[in-house]
Amino acid sequence: MAQLLQHLINGLAAGTIYALVALGYTMVYGVLKLINFAHGDVMMVGVYMGYATALGLGRQAQSSLWGVALIFAAAMLGCALLGFFIERFAYRPLREKPRLTALITAIGISFALSYGFQLDLGFKLPLPGGHELSLALPGASPRAFPEIIRPTEWLIIGDRDVVIWNWQVISLLIALGLMLVLQYLVYQTRFGRAMRAVSWDHRVAALMGIPTDRVIALTFMLSSALAAGAGLLYAIKDTSVSPLMGLYVGLKAFVAAVIGGIGNVPGAVVGGLVLGLVEEFVVGYAASTWRDAVAFGFLILVLLVKPGGLFGRVAAEKV
Amino acid sequence: MRRLVPMLLAALAALAAGCEKKTQPAPSGESGAPTATAGQAAGSAAPEGADTILLGEVGALTGGQATFGISTRNGVDLALKEANAAGGVKGKKVAVRVYDDQSKPEEAALAVTRLITQDKVVLILGDVASSNSLAMAEKAQAANVPMITPSSTNPAVTEKGENIFRVCFIDPFQGFVMAKFAHDNLKLNKVAVLQDNKSAYSIGLADVFTRKFTEMGGKVTGTESYSQGDTDYRAQLTAIKKTQPDGIYVPGYYSEVGVIARQARELGLKVPLMGGDGWDSEKLFELGGSAIEGSYFSNHYSPDNPDPRVQKFIADYKAAYGGVPDALAALGYDAARVAVEALKRAPDTSSASLREAIAQTKDFPGVAGTVSLDEKRNAVKSAVVLKVVDGKATYVTTISP
Repeated sequence: MAQLLQHLINGLAAGTIYALVALGYTMVYGVLKLINFAHGDVMMVGVYMGYATALGLGRQAQSSLWGVALIFAAAMLGCALLGFFIERFAYRPLREKPRLTALITAIGISFALSYGFQLDLGFKLPLPGGHELSLALPGASPRAFPEIIRPTEWLIIGDRDVVIWNWQVISLLIALGLMLVLQYLVYQTRFGRAMRAVSWDHRVAALMGIPTDRVIALTFMLSSALAAGAGLLYAIKDTSVSPLMGLYVGLKAFVAAVIGGIGNVPGAVVGGLVLGLVEEFVVGYAASTWRDAVAFGFLILVLLVKPGGLFGRVAAEKV
Repeated sequence: MRRLVPMLLAALAALAAGCEKKTQPAPSGESGAPTATAGQAAGSAAPEGADTILLGEVGALTGGQATFGISTRNGVDLALKEANAAGGVKGKKVAVRVYDDQSKPEEAALAVTRLITQDKVVLILGDVASSNSLAMAEKAQAANVPMITPSSTNPAVTEKGENIFRVCFIDPFQGFVMAKFAHDNLKLNKVAVLQDNKSAYSIGLADVFTRKFTEMGGKVTGTESYSQGDTDYRAQLTAIKKTQPDGIYVPGYYSEVGVIARQARELGLKVPLMGGDGWDSEKLFELGGSAIEGSYFSNHYSPDNPDPRVQKFIADYKAAYGGVPDALAALGYDAARVAVEALKRAPDTSSASLREAIAQTKDFPGVAGTVSLDEKRNAVKSAVVLKVVDGKATYVTTISP
């Protein structure tokens, strides 16, 4: 019983991260019908931005609320900027081209980021006033992410049979909070209405006076900022960060988004949590070798039974 | 005007190709031989004609095992610098061309093929990870080029054929060492095993440990597995916790072990972790933090060894690359020196006579123990057990075969 409960907690913690990353896929897909395969790698870049900020702040500031807020803000803003540039230079020029073209550039961006970040390059930029800004790519080896939220046990059941940590609760709350904010944004605001209009048909939306380019750019920035937030929660959970982490988490989150019904906000969250729990139980009660096979098998099953995903609607293609 | 565009494009393409060539063959022949660069520019020019003997090295310079490859490269580099400073071999300088295999077996196989067919090297050094060395050994054996792996411990590597050698002990011995240590020194009775399912090395160690530990009267309470690159091991550790072991054997690589230690402590598993030489990296202490304290692993060498030869190596290494050399650097150094010795003893530098010379290596004084090759081309030597204390691996005991 204790073991089951612990598995449940582990699975929810892992699923939360998948859910947050899946939200980014779902948003971009919802608006552009584009699977942004670079999304996981944007998350990775966000993690390294947070890492650099945390190191810059030093040990002292890290466990303070302001320090943590600053680390999240820096990573999310940095990633929003990165998302803007990716959209502007990799996707916008291809918007009127067949969808496959944009998918290929997305994969290209993904590899450029994950392999570029493995390079061991350091260079110094001279700044006015005798200062120097040293920039360095992180190199290939995994690194330990600093403990920006000091881990504390919130709930211990029995003789440490089940342990719940503060960051697990915090992550889950943040994920649910972000989901609600997104839901509100998409369905209750002008920007959300514009997003949905662009998603329906961006040419017609443009004719109606909606600044489609701006809406799409903002969507990318929002989804990239979300990715950074998710990445930081992931780094807090698993402590080891490496340039290839984005490929792995990104793929899993993509599966989660499809399970939930891609383009659907609550679906992404449920898909993420379901995937996290399924994986946890497979590893805990069967064998870890089965994990990916079961996860992808589950995806196939969902697509066979409900082709639009758990929450999705199958839209009839207009001919 | 119409012609101009394709012409410009062609010019651009040529430029791009030029750039590519310049940056491609990575760090290569910087091993103190000034002629190495000349040889490099000439591409696949036969090294016999020049006054350079060209060796090849394949290692993980990027990817999950990058610190292994970089340490090994430094060790090899140091050995060749010393050999060249002492006058080289047969009046020639020794250089090495290094290719990165990105910690992937398929890249290792490609790199080895390139070294043999294109660069025409006489001997190959590498890799650290057994999975990569297995891919390399196949190609080297088929081409009849001798290969020395500095630190691949999986038995299957040298079983690929008579051209494949190693200067380290093999997995069955390492598994035995930890089983013996757990049973005799730590007095453990119930141990759980957590192995890396994607690595031949990890599975090999886990199998031997399980067999030997059971033979000694201990009990293995359960075997769980993970895949290289995972970062969440809570499911496996929760299952292990239920079996209430006195210790956990984790024969994986440092990149995963550090995180495993943290998550084990987080779930309330306080028993010691044990492992093999895959733990040997400075990164282990960074990734594991305080969670890895009090854990044990078997290794090839300890920098605490007072032997003057070892201490001189450590001092030279520190001066050249900074930092204390790990076992992989020491084994890389030994492997390159065994190769140089063989080159000196061989009547000529053909691969065939080189192979014979390496096979006769006996009582060679390496910094990571004395190297004597047995008839299966494996080095027979003892292992040390190290304990993590205050973020450092400290010597505990030596266990002989």
